[in-house]
Amino acid sequence: MSKDPQPYGDVSKMMIILSKATIDNVYACFILANGARMEGIEAEIFFTFFGLEAVNKKKLNHLKVATVGNPAMHIPTMLGGLPGMESIATNMMKKEMEKLDIPPVDEFLEILSASGVKLWGCKLAMEMFHLEREDLLDELDGILTVGDFYKRADREGTHMLFI
Amino acid sequence: MEKIIANQSINVNDEGYLTNHSQWNREIGHAIAQEEGIEMTDHHWKVVDYLQEQHKNDVPLTIRRVGKSGVVDIKGFYELFPKGPLKTSSKIAGIPKPASCI
Repeated sequence: MSKDPQPYGDVSKMMIILSKATIDNVYACFILANGARMEGIEAEIFFTFFGLEAVNKKKLNHLKVATVGNPAMHIPTMLGGLPGMESIATNMMKKEMEKLDIPPVDEFLEILSASGVKLWGCKLAMEMFHLEREDLLDELDGILTVGDFYKRADREGTHMLFI
Repeated sequence: MEKIIANQSINVNDEGYLTNHSQWNREIGHAIAQEEGIEMTDHHWKVVDYLQEQHKNDVPLTIRRVGKSGVVDIKGFYELFPKGPLKTSSKIAGIPKPASCI
């Protein structure tokens, strides 16, 4: 029996701030946003700082996993710093994800947009990185300040996540 | 547990998903859809037929796969079943709740 939505407690909207561009962080953000929509929960993503790379047309299909300073990779930091290590690790990860039907970044962004996830660029970070609107994905819903983004937390059950 | 759907006694789990697909028929699907606030159209039924076909062949269901099915694209899928398309459509189709995060 599906229960009626409660005025308090239930998640009604997920607002996710993505500040990193390593592919594991980007996928965590995308899967959380998509998973929300699949449950009928609203979702929005605010791309800021390095997170902007995930919606940068030239960069989004070349995101990498971090092989240095990442103990969970289980390779010595010295080896992780060797040329090509990031690409090897990233390709291995992408293969595993494809097996689970997890789409590549560009297709994932299309899915998110088609699913009704609002995608926002951070105005200040864009100025900092000298990015123009046309550098970013066409599906982007707009450029916001932090204040604009907070204002979109307009209902009970809104939750914010910083990645 | 048992639940009366469309005047028939049907086995469902605590979330309302059918536990025995052989008890499903369109009347049942229609009644579940009404409970979910959905008025079924031909397009809704086409999606339900597709999901049942995939389920019969043991293909795990994901939004991505439905979007590539040619039956409905992802935007259309959300328009047909706004409150969680894969979940809602699976419930109407009388198949288990998909265990997928994508």
